[in-house]
Amino acid sequence: MRLTHALPLAGAATLASFAAHAETITVATVNNNDMIIMQGLTDEFEKAHPDIDLEWVVLEENVLRQRLTTDIATDGGQFDVMTVGTYEVPIWAKQDWLVELDDLPESYNEQDLLKPIRDGLSQDGSLYALPFYGESSMMYYRTDLFEKAGIEMSDQPTWDQVQDWASQINDPANDVYGICLRGKPGWGENMAFVSTLVNTFGGRWFDEDWHPEINSPEWKEAVSFYVDLMNNYGPPGATSNGFNENQALFSSGKCGMWVDATSAAGKLYDPDESQVADKLGFAPAPIAKTPKGANWLWSWTLAIPASSDSKDAAKTFITWATSQEYIELVGEKEGWTSVPPGTRESTYENPKYQEAAPFADFVLNAIQTADPTDSTLKPSPYVGVQTVNIPEFQSVGTQVGQMIGAALSGQQSVDAALDQAQRSVERTMRQAGYYD
Amino acid sequence: MNPTMTKKLLLTLLAWGIALIVFFPIFWMVLTGFKTEGEAVATPPSLFFEPTLAGYNEVMARADYLKFALNSIVISFGSTLLALIVAIPSAYSMAFLPTKRTQGTLLWMLSTKMLPPVGVLMPVYLLFRDMGLLDSQLGLTIVYMLMNLPIVVWMLYTFFKDIPKDILEAGRMDGAGTLQEVLYLLLPLTLPGIASTGLLSVILSWNEAFWSLNLTTSDAAPLTAFIASFSSPEGLFWAKLSAASTLAIAPILIFGWMTQKQMVRGLTFGAVK
Repeated sequence: MRLTHALPLAGAATLASFAAHAETITVATVNNNDMIIMQGLTDEFEKAHPDIDLEWVVLEENVLRQRLTTDIATDGGQFDVMTVGTYEVPIWAKQDWLVELDDLPESYNEQDLLKPIRDGLSQDGSLYALPFYGESSMMYYRTDLFEKAGIEMSDQPTWDQVQDWASQINDPANDVYGICLRGKPGWGENMAFVSTLVNTFGGRWFDEDWHPEINSPEWKEAVSFYVDLMNNYGPPGATSNGFNENQALFSSGKCGMWVDATSAAGKLYDPDESQVADKLGFAPAPIAKTPKGANWLWSWTLAIPASSDSKDAAKTFITWATSQEYIELVGEKEGWTSVPPGTRESTYENPKYQEAAPFADFVLNAIQTADPTDSTLKPSPYVGVQTVNIPEFQSVGTQVGQMIGAALSGQQSVDAALDQAQRSVERTMRQAGYYD
Repeated sequence: MNPTMTKKLLLTLLAWGIALIVFFPIFWMVLTGFKTEGEAVATPPSLFFEPTLAGYNEVMARADYLKFALNSIVISFGSTLLALIVAIPSAYSMAFLPTKRTQGTLLWMLSTKMLPPVGVLMPVYLLFRDMGLLDSQLGLTIVYMLMNLPIVVWMLYTFFKDIPKDILEAGRMDGAGTLQEVLYLLLPLTLPGIASTGLLSVILSWNEAFWSLNLTTSDAAPLTAFIASFSSPEGLFWAKLSAASTLAIAPILIFGWMTQKQMVRGLTFGAVK
């Protein structure tokens, strides 16, 4: 009897102390444009939630991952909200590192989240992170160059067509290259692209028994195609070009085509940042033998580490930052091309967004056709389109990325690079205990 | 021209050449800080362009530079002071009252510098968590003190060794105790050496990035964390990063210029006999 009286009292006391001191939550994030906008809207959040103060820790992506894993593994409790990618969420959720988000408020409208994105962040039916923005990949091209060469873009371009078009547009004398693609080694850089290329050429990372297939005929065909294409019609020094560098090249008019993240569309379409804003065309990512896995799926998400001391306040913040209401706030304040894309159906139904962003349908279609559970022609044991969602993939992906980088720069033949990559991945997988 | 003049001229040219090569990256960084993001990644790189303060404006708008700078100052000078307080007595005893094990101890101290810091990250992180030192100026000060201690002891040891024992003995004859001996004889005689040791320790602490990134979040984050926050996986960032780096190295660069004389004197102290 006494206990039942005491409990509400204690609860009330805690609440009172919360009200007296605003609770501070520490948000760890990367420095992407959409996150900078979110940081800029701190005041709006604090106005609506006077009992919560936000503190930002902005770090470089790899440093951030290292910091987060150290803190979570040691239960350090330094962070209450963190930015993680689709790749980490299922792995970290399995380790019980993330707080399960199963009691989201009705108003959050979970069903509005795009299904492939939502599925990627769920484990056994519960969300473990909320998507802040999502992306797939698609093709950008220069309508003026295509017109001049008399080329008609097709509804679903193939890689053979792309090669043919690149040869027609390529004009190195005038600093225009047929096609720009990622070459900078890294699991999240060149391998994001190369994995989708291998998928559409019918290859896969692992067979059903987790044996790597890096030197299979499909990989050889795909990588040889990529290396030839880039050597013949790509910009010089492509091995140092990642997403950022290619965006700079394309927006300064140096590429005829570019296959990369859909999230670049807003920037390329903004005349302040891009010289090609008025001659920009969009198309789905090219395919070769199969449409499966030809375009990737990625999202930056907000999650709460299990070590956080302020889980409720953190939940309040992440539901706000990924809500429909937040997207509208950004639309009104920053313009509709700046809203975080690729997370909610309602964004794509919004007439203001449709009007401001003519690429919206391509993006939505690309995201909805990406299926991480079925991204290869032959069956595979893993989830992920451009990634393999196992902890070993970061190192495996980067090793293979470096060898393909060496093939691209001509230091090694494609066959030698892939044979070496195969051996190295086999070793890693054996050490990790996937087979003897 | 006689041969000595030619030699002098060649040496001068060589020195200038090396100085330019060493300085060029810093020069390029400062230059890039005044470019737009587009110009910063342009190929071929542009040497002449219309300078803009956009990078600096954005850096200042997005982060509280003064807070980071103050942390850097407190932590690097605090750790240096602590290191000197510990190192002076130990270098004194090693230089003037050596035992059989002194050389071994000195080498062992230096060998701790060979351990990759990441190897002890987890234990240090756990200790800091339990002692409440994560994200505190005190915590980082202690780590930097320990990190620089071997170098500080070694440098002081070599400086102290150059002081003839007889001078200290003369002092003792006049009735000086150990403390007076150190304070009134040893320290004034080796001041340039101590100054350059201190300066080196300040610079090493200022530039340290591994521990500062891993052990701080916001309250105690120094300028290295400030720089790290301006690189980005999506979107161009070189101009902003360069502007932030310029701001971060400016205080220590100016400090280095001002104390250049002491540094050079200290580092060559005892080298030319």
